[in-house]
Amino acid sequence: MTAVAVAPAERPAPREQYPIALAAVLVTVAMLFTAFTSALVIRRTGADWVRIPLPPMVWANTVVLILSSLALERARAAAKGDATSRIADWLGVTAALGVLFLVGQLVAWRQLVGQGILLRTGPHPAFFYMLSAVHGAHVLGGLGALGWTGRRARAGAYGAAQHDGLTHTAVYWHFVGVVWLWLLAVLSTL
Amino acid sequence: MKRERRQTGEVVALILLFLAITVFTVGGFARQWMPPVASAHGVGVDGVIWYLLKATGPVLVTGAVIFMYFLWRYGRGRPTPAPTPNPRAELWWSIVPVVGMMALTEVGVVVKGMPVWEQIYAPIPADAVTVEVTGQQFEWIVRYPGPDGKFGRVKPELVDKTNPAGLDRDDPAALDDIVVRNQVHVPLGRPVYIRLRGRDVLHSFSVASFRVKQDVVPGVLNRVLFVATAPGRYEIACTQVCGMGHYKMHGAVYVDQPQDYQDWLQHQTGWLQQ
Amino acid sequence: MSATAEHAQPGFWRHYVFSTDHKMIGKQYILTAVVMALFATTWSVLLRLHLAWPQAQWPLLGKLFPGLFQDGVLLPERYLSLVTMHGTVMIFFVISISLVSGFGNFVIPLQIGARDMAYPFLNMLSYWTIVPACLIMLASFFAPEGAAGSGWTAYPPLSALPDAAPGSGLGQTLWLFAMALFIASFTMGGLNFVTTILNLRTRGMSMFRMPLTVWTMFIASILGILAFPALTAAAIMLLLDRLGSTSFFLPSGLVMGGTVLPHQGGTPLLFQHLFWFLGHPEVYVLVLPAIGIAFDVVAAHGRRPVFGYRTSVWALVVVAVLSMIVWGHHMFVSGMSPYVGEYFSIATVSITGPFAVLALNLVASLWRAEIRLTSAMMFALAIVAAVGIGGVGGIFLATATSDQYLHNSYFVVGHFHLMIAVVTFFAIFAGIYHWFPKMFGRRMNETLGKAHFWLTVPTTIAGFVTMHFLGMAGEQRHLYDPSAYKFLEPVQWLNVLISILLFIPGAAQFLFLWNFFHSMVAGERVGPNPWQATTLEWTTESPAPHLNWGAELPVAYRGPYDYRLNGAPDGYEPQAAAPSAAALVTS
Repeated sequence: MTAVAVAPAERPAPREQYPIALAAVLVTVAMLFTAFTSALVIRRTGADWVRIPLPPMVWANTVVLILSSLALERARAAAKGDATSRIADWLGVTAALGVLFLVGQLVAWRQLVGQGILLRTGPHPAFFYMLSAVHGAHVLGGLGALGWTGRRARAGAYGAAQHDGLTHTAVYWHFVGVVWLWLLAVLSTL
Repeated sequence: MKRERRQTGEVVALILLFLAITVFTVGGFARQWMPPVASAHGVGVDGVIWYLLKATGPVLVTGAVIFMYFLWRYGRGRPTPAPTPNPRAELWWSIVPVVGMMALTEVGVVVKGMPVWEQIYAPIPADAVTVEVTGQQFEWIVRYPGPDGKFGRVKPELVDKTNPAGLDRDDPAALDDIVVRNQVHVPLGRPVYIRLRGRDVLHSFSVASFRVKQDVVPGVLNRVLFVATAPGRYEIACTQVCGMGHYKMHGAVYVDQPQDYQDWLQHQTGWLQQ
Repeated sequence: MSATAEHAQPGFWRHYVFSTDHKMIGKQYILTAVVMALFATTWSVLLRLHLAWPQAQWPLLGKLFPGLFQDGVLLPERYLSLVTMHGTVMIFFVISISLVSGFGNFVIPLQIGARDMAYPFLNMLSYWTIVPACLIMLASFFAPEGAAGSGWTAYPPLSALPDAAPGSGLGQTLWLFAMALFIASFTMGGLNFVTTILNLRTRGMSMFRMPLTVWTMFIASILGILAFPALTAAAIMLLLDRLGSTSFFLPSGLVMGGTVLPHQGGTPLLFQHLFWFLGHPEVYVLVLPAIGIAFDVVAAHGRRPVFGYRTSVWALVVVAVLSMIVWGHHMFVSGMSPYVGEYFSIATVSITGPFAVLALNLVASLWRAEIRLTSAMMFALAIVAAVGIGGVGGIFLATATSDQYLHNSYFVVGHFHLMIAVVTFFAIFAGIYHWFPKMFGRRMNETLGKAHFWLTVPTTIAGFVTMHFLGMAGEQRHLYDPSAYKFLEPVQWLNVLISILLFIPGAAQFLFLWNFFHSMVAGERVGPNPWQATTLEWTTESPAPHLNWGAELPVAYRGPYDYRLNGAPDGYEPQAAAPSAAALVTS
């Protein structure tokens, strides 16, 4: 506690706000999937745990998701290189691949249902359906972020000097991809 | 002047209020509210509670006295020296409560509490009477293993009004199993091991006089272990909300003299043999 | 946001309804909480009426609430719905949204010298997510079998099986949806608070110059971000168990209505772990801001700096960290491993250490004070008493061995009401009396405030302390009819005493509401700093204008509580007052 008055501490110009908000979003999403993972680990000790083979489609969907991250990185490279017209194009590719991923997940669900494996069939498929749905919801949110970023890109907001919004959207999107790899690892091995 | 006088009146009223609260709290907690203890480990549970009352009571009273003094000294407008910042005092007055409260409370948990905790979760002694209690909406189905000393197989699909325990006729060990509703007979002075099962939702088997409480969790076999130390009839209460009949899910534990317990047991016939 | 930009006068909808101004949003949250509190208090009146006189008939109430009563007596299943909804609405839709969302929104930007929250639009969305959440919660009473009745803790299987109880049907599903919306809203809000506090502090406002109210809102927001996802996960799995025939929490062999249910392999304890992983930090999300407000009020109305500002900050951080690793103390008798139980017990009682620091610092902040007995100060002082008794009572529950007896008894009910009803409501009252001028440019009536204090404080404290005695006698909670147990007959008079004690403050709140609304339009007008307080919010007009200050934001030159130091002329040095040239010392 200051009893003696001191000169005001100099502060730098207001820092970019997004990293903190982005961190909060990533933390909250990470905690959600941590909670689900711990639930799976505990539920797995039940006598009725039978790991079903994941529908083949999910592997194709995973490739699509990875490609979408690569496309997003091209968008960022375009921004860094000041090729502003290409940014929106690559964002579009990313979003299209994201949509393809979601459609592919629905196809994967149909493959499972076709085999007679439903939510109620067992705990492992229940986790598969639930986790892929919750993950899909976060991909949907990411598509919203991509849409918003795309509009800003078309309005010329991003360039070599300033493209933080794009970077943060990219971090979120990659994070959601990493979450999917995690879920895949957990669901295919446990 | 007038404002000071009015505030003095308010200060006095406030001090009286906090004094009344302190007296009410300490006086209330000093009274014996708990039903007389009737189990061996229950004495230890009560010991922990009394330790905490006696250890925390003085802390509360000391805090209250200081608090009331400050109100009296600094609330009536008397000249007061300006507070000077004193980081060292502030640091010490963090260390002191942390160390003090940690010592007080961890003594409670570790020194006084753990030995009793170990009694509660001790391995089941060889001479224990084993009873199975199944909690269901809204009654306690009590099962004894019968003369063969073995619990027979039960199946949920066999549960109905005529077979509340779901005993499986195909299992010879089940034929002599004794089933009663809402009452448990136990002998005085011998360890009693209750296997707790649940059939529908969570319940909790609780006997206040024994200081016994354990949840009934469907799918999990929970246990209660106690030695009754006084004969009599003790109420069983369900202490986990289980639906609209939760309030009337009572039963009774009868602590009998050993001979009376044997007599009662011998009087019972296997449920499936009735 | 440029201070000099001209803002066209917003229309009615943008100004009062879909406002993005943190001050309006804060007031919206508080007003919403008032409405929800009226409901939740009414329900508690019905409960206490029944508990005191279980056999009595109330024909008038039967007419007013036809679905709840039969022959003038409250129905047992409706009793459980009222208990469930009372708890749920009070915790989330009254205290969380008024203390944290309401005060947090109003006070944080003003105290750190910012023009608004970091994300005003998101802020508006947060509020407008709460409104449907409230409506869905209230609507659940009109579900065919009534509102959820499994307790605010919603343990499965009771909450997972629609046939297990009336209220476990659509009522429980609606409860889950309302909670999902609440969590979404609270998370958005927490994100806003954290970003604002970290990024929008004005020049000179270092973290250790922030008022304790801001610190506690900051820590509470972080706790919420870390802890709520566990409840989200649990709620999703519970919904799937209910509607999708999954078995996350439901084991095999369940028999309901004579049939064996098809579930397999799940365990109800998993829900309890996930629930309490949120549930325990949640109570600190509520209590810590209450303590922060108490510090601010005690400093301003006691005319001295907080004793131990820094140690209080560290104590708050330690309490928050510990709060995340002690959830198992709600599950001591659940059949959890006794070793795990011992760990949780040892860890939980360690919270008394930093908590004692906070209590001691609050009391020591009166040493060499010049106490002004305003309504705000009196409620802040009452917080000290409630925190002391409630905190000590917690030790009995944290010690696993004594909890063996006290679990789910009225000792628990008394304890948590003292901590998250009495402490928090006293803080809300103190905060309102204190910041009302900044919200509305007027003062509340002090005489009515004192009357409010005297009718509320002795009765609520006495009432909830008495519940501890009832718990010592062994009375369990969620108990529709205490007369069903012979061993409780000798203490039924305690139920009567508690009810009578609590009806008084229940009624007294109308006095407070009258004072609140009447003073809004007819209270004595005041200037920028009626309390002669030091923190930044008091450097702007009352009520605080749009964008909070004029062209220049205030600069923080010192800590937040420089009262009566350095022989300052008015007995205090505002945080924004530049030091005189002679006294300037560069750090």
